[in-house]
Amino acid sequence: MNIPVVNLGAILPAIMLSLFGIAIMVAEPFVSDAKKSWLGWLAIAGTIAAMLALAPMSRQAGQWYTNLWIVDSYSIFFHFLFILIAAITILTSMNFLQREGIHHTEYYALLLFATVGMMMMAGSNELIMVFLGLEILSIATYVLAGFRRTDLKSNESAMKYFLLGSFSSAFFLYGVALIFGATGSTNLIVIADSLRSGDPQTSLVSLAAALMLIGLCFKVAVAPFHVWAPDVYEGAPTPVTGFMSVGPKAAGFAVLLRIFMTAFPTLEDRWTSVFWIVAALTMLIGNVIALVQPNIKRMLAYSSIAHAGYIAVAVAAGSEHGVSAVLFYTLAYSVTNLGAFAVVTMLSRSEDKLVNLNDYAGLASKRPGLAAVLSLFMLSLAGVPGTAGFAGKFFIFKAAVQSGLIWLAVIGVITTVVSFYYYLYVIVQMYMRDPNEEFADVRTTGPLKLALAITIAGTLYLGILPTRFLDWTVSAAVNALR
Amino acid sequence: MVRLLWLIPILPLLGAVINGVFGKRLPKQAVAGIAAGSVAGSFLISLAAFVQMLQLPEAELPVVQNYFTWIQAGRFQAEFGFLLDHLSGLMILIVTGVGLLIHIYSAGYMTHEPGFYRYFAYLNLFMFSMLTLVLANNYLLMFVGWEGVGLCSYLLIGFWFFKKSAADAGKKAFIVNRIGDFGFIIATILIFWTFDSVNFQAVFSRIEDATLFPVETLGTVGVVTTICLLLFIGAAGKSAQIPLYVWLPDAMEGPTPVSALIHAATMVTAGVYMVARSAALFDHAPGALLVVAVIGTFTALFAASIGLVQTDIKRVLAYSTVSQLGYMFMACGVGAYAAGVFHLMTHAFFKALLFLGAGSVIHGMGGLQDIRKMGGLRHHMPWTFRTFLIGALAISGIPGLAGFFSKDAILWAAWNSENYGKLLWTAGIITAGFTSFYTFRLVILTFFGKPQYTEHDVHHVHESPASMLVPLAILAIFSIIAGYVGIPAALGGHNNIEVFLGGEEAAESSAELILMLVSVAVAFGGMGTAYLFYVARPDLPARLASSAHAMYAILVNKYYVDEVYNVAVVKPILRWSREFLWKFVDEGIIDGTVNATGQVVRAAGSGFRHMQTGYVRTYAGWILFGGVLFVVWFLR
Repeated sequence: MNIPVVNLGAILPAIMLSLFGIAIMVAEPFVSDAKKSWLGWLAIAGTIAAMLALAPMSRQAGQWYTNLWIVDSYSIFFHFLFILIAAITILTSMNFLQREGIHHTEYYALLLFATVGMMMMAGSNELIMVFLGLEILSIATYVLAGFRRTDLKSNESAMKYFLLGSFSSAFFLYGVALIFGATGSTNLIVIADSLRSGDPQTSLVSLAAALMLIGLCFKVAVAPFHVWAPDVYEGAPTPVTGFMSVGPKAAGFAVLLRIFMTAFPTLEDRWTSVFWIVAALTMLIGNVIALVQPNIKRMLAYSSIAHAGYIAVAVAAGSEHGVSAVLFYTLAYSVTNLGAFAVVTMLSRSEDKLVNLNDYAGLASKRPGLAAVLSLFMLSLAGVPGTAGFAGKFFIFKAAVQSGLIWLAVIGVITTVVSFYYYLYVIVQMYMRDPNEEFADVRTTGPLKLALAITIAGTLYLGILPTRFLDWTVSAAVNALR
Repeated sequence: MVRLLWLIPILPLLGAVINGVFGKRLPKQAVAGIAAGSVAGSFLISLAAFVQMLQLPEAELPVVQNYFTWIQAGRFQAEFGFLLDHLSGLMILIVTGVGLLIHIYSAGYMTHEPGFYRYFAYLNLFMFSMLTLVLANNYLLMFVGWEGVGLCSYLLIGFWFFKKSAADAGKKAFIVNRIGDFGFIIATILIFWTFDSVNFQAVFSRIEDATLFPVETLGTVGVVTTICLLLFIGAAGKSAQIPLYVWLPDAMEGPTPVSALIHAATMVTAGVYMVARSAALFDHAPGALLVVAVIGTFTALFAASIGLVQTDIKRVLAYSTVSQLGYMFMACGVGAYAAGVFHLMTHAFFKALLFLGAGSVIHGMGGLQDIRKMGGLRHHMPWTFRTFLIGALAISGIPGLAGFFSKDAILWAAWNSENYGKLLWTAGIITAGFTSFYTFRLVILTFFGKPQYTEHDVHHVHESPASMLVPLAILAIFSIIAGYVGIPAALGGHNNIEVFLGGEEAAESSAELILMLVSVAVAFGGMGTAYLFYVARPDLPARLASSAHAMYAILVNKYYVDEVYNVAVVKPILRWSREFLWKFVDEGIIDGTVNATGQVVRAAGSGFRHMQTGYVRTYAGWILFGGVLFVVWFLR
């Protein structure tokens, strides 16, 4: 009998976050209300510890724990991204929770656990592991979405997310069961080998792959599985919306690429062609509906659907360049969108007042700094050169063209032009309309400032000097496709 | 010191950044100190680098410093690198030396300006661009400097942007220069296309391959001739040659030290430098050379003739500059690049001197620029007068001063040219007469005779402060001695400067001596005529103007060139832009399409919104719908 070698180094970041999460929950009853924000800083310390733990983890390249866990630069990249997302979200939330009177510190623990779930997804080499990670993430986010317990919209958001999320998880699980039936394994590499040998029934495998894809497409909210997203995003507390629009999405794409690149290369023409249509539809629907949204949270929700569409373009490319573009784009988009949500969080009021686009009128004359920052994020989301969004879109469309998907790239570019309308509309409101008196008392607090500093720096750095991270994503892509 | 070459442009850039960002909060002495100090640093490094270069053995020249690869795209590569040889070494000395004096002068001249720090930030930025232009080791980097000086020129001409005439003059300079820049950039592309590089050394060594690039015969237009003509279009824009000279006279709207630095001594000579730098190319294109010679000569004569009747002190000098630049191109056009650069150097000294002297006069007269309203100023501003007189003697080609030697070198080279040499010489000698006349007309009207102004108009005529007079004195000294580096063989010298710049030492020739006597006679003739017209018989100019009325009107109106351009170029373009591009293309087609698309998209958006009922069952239905499609697709 093999006794598994317990190598903690390979999952050290996840262990760190779990420990800090548990510590926060244990400490909660002992901390007075006034000092709740200390636990927020404890959560930040957890993300820093996890970030430091990436170093020992990266020295453990290879497969671990009876081959169900894999450490390569692909999984390390996503670990880095998830920790970054968690840290920025926590910084954005601290003041918000206090202001809304929902400063329960389970919030931080749940965020950390959700991040652990995402890590499980990105690092797993095995479908049951993926499902576990998916559920850890999902259950934590269901709770987070409904965190404003007394607010009807927040409840609605959580309920819808839970019902539809369970529905699609069922698809995924059914797909896993079928593939186990067809190949006798849930290990990605074993599945790939047995598919190559040509033994299993192809129709059963195809059905399984389709069902798994449905479950994952729900998580990343691409058309036609995106319908839940606007309602859920609108109702959830604003920092949680920011988190949901980047974290689970990145994790979904990470695991989707991992599964389909590793286990189903034999079906490549199927899933890349499906993604051609999915990408086109998602970009069209996301951008076009975003155009007519009066509420900035809902607008950003549709915008995030549209961005999933761009990432889907890179998935459809099905190449090394495509994978590297997915990685780069998730990073660029996460940084930018979290920044945008940080500003929106700062400006919003309890019970989601001041989240209509008209409320932003004249912000530039009241708070020129904030207006400039939000403008930067809007320009990056739109993909203006010099920002992270441009570099990301450039690599995606380049990958698409290299794989011969000229028309998909054309649709992408055209819908990008459409998106300029609603992103620039925010800037028009801020700079060219008469001021709204209500912004006089908006306060920028320390944690929020820090969140903005990180996201601004990231948006500009990735936009102006993308090479360093691009090298990383390329090596990660090469690793994942090995 | 050669290793510190990169500091030469970087120091003024630092000055520009500091003054541009913090200048508003700094005291004026600090602003001027930073600006002048950074240029002084550049000057010292330039001097040291120059001296060190002279000591290097011939084989180690030129000194090339590559700092980093700037652009790498496929086969195309451009480095960020500097090249120091005799030509660029001389240029950096002129640019930093004259630049330093003008920075010092400006500290006095601009004291009362509210935009003091802005002025010095621009001026330092100009120094950075000009030094990049001169030191660049490839055409693309040269173009960066080229555009940079153009930008600074625009900013400084329009320094008093609240004056409409200044703002307009800035725009005019910028737009006219775009035409030339277009020629330059096309030439650069064509150079890369032909020689597979934009690096000077690579291009110049490749063109020596006689089998690939034989010298093109006069009258044919091969690729090298095309490149040279395009380069010359660029040079004509920057150096104000026909037909692109029109911006320079208007550029006098800028502060006078700017006119001295940018529009007389340095920037406008960039075209001459570029042609001299590209000598290896031009030598393969005799057709292009002839064009350069003819345009240069014609510009010299044409601009000098306009200068005869101008009444604004700075405009006289502006047309004089255009005319002198024409001389330099005449020299380049007959293959005597070294003579052209020699004149570039002496001209930098005496023209900067004349402009700064004019600035001193304007300063003392409280802003008055009309020479008909001056007179008798030699008593009030003796030092300005003395230095100005030296400048005037130098530009007129009076023996012993700098202008005499360089102008003689050009005229002698023109005389010896195989293509229409005698004709070019004749036009050159007439120009020399004109030059001498208008310069002394200026001197006499300004400094001699009785004051034509009243105390009511001009309150207190005064000599300028020392910070302005010291640069004048230094420039006056150089206006005298700068010529002695190029004593021609006919006078027993060795023409050192031209040999230094790669020209040939001309043999001693009695013909040169005779020609020299002719040009000296013409110079004194022009001077004498000015004396006759404005001292001995002051009624003569008016009588001449009325008897040759048509000619006088043409000259006063500058040959109506601005008017012709306005009707032939500006108006049609405006009309085309307004009626077709704006009203039809932009508003009709583009806005129409955009608005229509917008409406369609919004309508689609409203339609798609119906997917969003808010009911979980509808959403689950969509998921199921998509799921069925997926399964069908995978099982097909």
